[in-house]
Amino acid sequence: MVLEIKNLRVSAGDTDIIKGINLHVGDGEFHVIMGPNGSGKTTLAKVIMGHPKYRITGGDILVDGKSIVALSTDKRAKLGLFMLFQNPIEIEGVNFINFLRTAKGALTDSSVGVKQLMDGIKENIKKLRMSEEIINRALNQGFSGGEKKKSEVLQLSVLKDAIRLAILDEPDSGLDVDALRIVAENIGSIAEERKMSVLLITHYKRILDNMKPRFVHVMADGRIVAEGGPELINRVERDGYESFTAR
Amino acid sequence: MTQQEERIVGQREDEYLKRYGFKDDIKYAFKSDKGLSEDIVREISKQKNEPEWMLEKRLTAYKMFVSKPLPTWGIDLSGIDFNDIYYYIKPGGKKSDSWENVPEDIKKTFDKLGIPEAERKFFAGAEAQFDSEVVYSHVKAELEKDGVIFIDTDTAVKKYPELMKKYFGTLIPPTDNKFAALNTAVWSGGSFIFVPKGVKVAMPLQAYFRINADKAGQFERTLIIAEEGADVTYLEGCTAPIYIGSSLHAANVEIVAHKGAHVRYVTIQNWSKNVYNLVTQRAFAYENAYVEWIDANIGSQGNMKYPSVYLKGRGSKGEILSIAVAGNGQIQDTGGKVLHLAEDTSSKIISKSVSIGSGTTTFRGLVYVGDNSSGAKSAVRCDALLLDKESKTNTYPKMQIFRDDADITHEATVGKIGEDQVFYLMSRGLSEEEAITTVVLGFIQDLTKILPMEYSIELKRLIKLDMSKSVG
Ligand SMILES: Nc1ncnc2c1ncn2[C@@H]1O[C@H](COP(=O)(O)OP(=O)(O)O)[C@@H](O)[C@H]1O
Ligand SMILES: [Mg+2]
Repeated sequence: MVLEIKNLRVSAGDTDIIKGINLHVGDGEFHVIMGPNGSGKTTLAKVIMGHPKYRITGGDILVDGKSIVALSTDKRAKLGLFMLFQNPIEIEGVNFINFLRTAKGALTDSSVGVKQLMDGIKENIKKLRMSEEIINRALNQGFSGGEKKKSEVLQLSVLKDAIRLAILDEPDSGLDVDALRIVAENIGSIAEERKMSVLLITHYKRILDNMKPRFVHVMADGRIVAEGGPELINRVERDGYESFTAR
Repeated sequence: MTQQEERIVGQREDEYLKRYGFKDDIKYAFKSDKGLSEDIVREISKQKNEPEWMLEKRLTAYKMFVSKPLPTWGIDLSGIDFNDIYYYIKPGGKKSDSWENVPEDIKKTFDKLGIPEAERKFFAGAEAQFDSEVVYSHVKAELEKDGVIFIDTDTAVKKYPELMKKYFGTLIPPTDNKFAALNTAVWSGGSFIFVPKGVKVAMPLQAYFRINADKAGQFERTLIIAEEGADVTYLEGCTAPIYIGSSLHAANVEIVAHKGAHVRYVTIQNWSKNVYNLVTQRAFAYENAYVEWIDANIGSQGNMKYPSVYLKGRGSKGEILSIAVAGNGQIQDTGGKVLHLAEDTSSKIISKSVSIGSGTTTFRGLVYVGDNSSGAKSAVRCDALLLDKESKTNTYPKMQIFRDDADITHEATVGKIGEDQVFYLMSRGLSEEEAITTVVLGFIQDLTKILPMEYSIELKRLIKLDMSKSVG
């Protein structure tokens, strides 16, 4: 799936957050976005997914050559867009496994039995070193930080057949080293298996140990301030973001 | 309202019309003149061939009804035209304990509502009321053998006058409020349940109330007596056709739970949106008895309903769990009252309400702890969810505590449906409708899960705005 972002400007309320961004993610390509807190990374991800809070004031977002900005969020999901949330939302009283079943049904337009789904999921849960009881709890409710991230990756794995572009917003933040490795391995193998296009937002080099990004973009204050290959990651690690902005 | 929400609300109404809101042409055996007078009260009693003592009660209550003003709090009741209501409408045919003998036209109505079908599978007994009269009631033979009585209240007046005289109107005297007085004056139908000492009725008893005629009032009267150590669950459901003119439903429900008894009373109120629902429900719990009101209110145009438990015996327990959903133009004024009148009593009032569009929910709670009620414990919690900018909710918790050692907690929350929650669910492929429904069902899940399965499914189905794919 090809994602093109053309001269995109976004605001929320009176605040301009994204101030003209161009980005081209080719089919099956792996891109990384880095950037200091508050630079607009999450906003960009949400806007691609169609969050109603944000207003596009200029530019366009295209998927496989067609503008998606008029589409509702669920339509975008059905096109194959998936967003892994930096802060997954807690939904009271909604059973995780039932939710997964509904989501899978919605995205693949077929109905799956709980039993059938359970059998498939057990393997994924094991790979993520999660405890099985989690899928009988309410969606993200009272999950620890690590459990929330893994819950997102579990969703990615359950829904993978319907996903063609994965936007991964800081899947690594707040994880301990072991969890980080497990999350990175899982994401890497799912993306590779399904030949997904990937847009990964992160601050750290570590998650990239297992994944080989082709392109790296550095964002600051709503703009892309540097672009290049994996070598940029080392520069961020070494010099910090300030070296890109303090010119 | 957003277009989306208008569509959802509209769908609810279409759906109601299809499934419950149909009108059937029925041959009635008797219809009182419109409006209310002493003559009408006498006529009702005469039609029922009642003993003198019941007529006396009716006439006294009628005077109270006339003299009492409308409540000045709660919902706006000025839309009720007391002269434009039929107070007694008797369907044709005889009461029957076999479904076969119910008149064809009435049977058809209930068949469409799926009533007798459910009985065979899930209930120990069932009763169906059509406008003013019970047309069918049946209880399983083995329960009859145990001495369980489950009949309509009119029959109880004749068959069990001693029990009726002992309890009728002793929990809710006609002086209580205008609508309790009205009910006592013109009551008709309802359930009479007696569970003897030590008998535990394993499956629920069910009653279904249908208003069918235009401008019909329904005033059923229910009395449940659970003797020492008895256990019974009663479920009631109700629907009506959609008419332009208002209808009135004013029931009185009295529950007596003797020592160690347990009574659970479940209501799924789904009247059409032209019905005013003004119901008085009260229970007395004696030593170590346990009474639960589970009250789900989805229908009606205006609803005032605050089931209460009087904890009269040491160690008794009362719980009122209520779910209220107010759609466009609806007002759900609900809650519960518990009076701690003995030692070591405990209570819980939990309310979850959802306001959609221009709907309003109001929670009213009362916890009273009397000065002889040492060791009383009570927890009150009400959570409201608003789906729209226009949606409203009010909370009026009242505490009257006359003991220093009472352990009372109160929590209240009001939340707007989270844009982020809906976005999150939609990002996984759920439509906006499905996402909103999912959040709403999740919000009330801790109450729906304690309902008997059939009812929980029915309630979710009612709330589920798009039925095909939402999460349960
Ligand atoms: N809904 C909103 N309304 C107003 N400001 C917002 C909103 N969402 C984000 N912002 C602001 O936009 C900026 C970028 O936020 P965000 O996209 O979360 O950054 P990042 O993910 O790069 O840390 C921040 O200053 C943030 O406060
Ligand atoms: Mg962020």
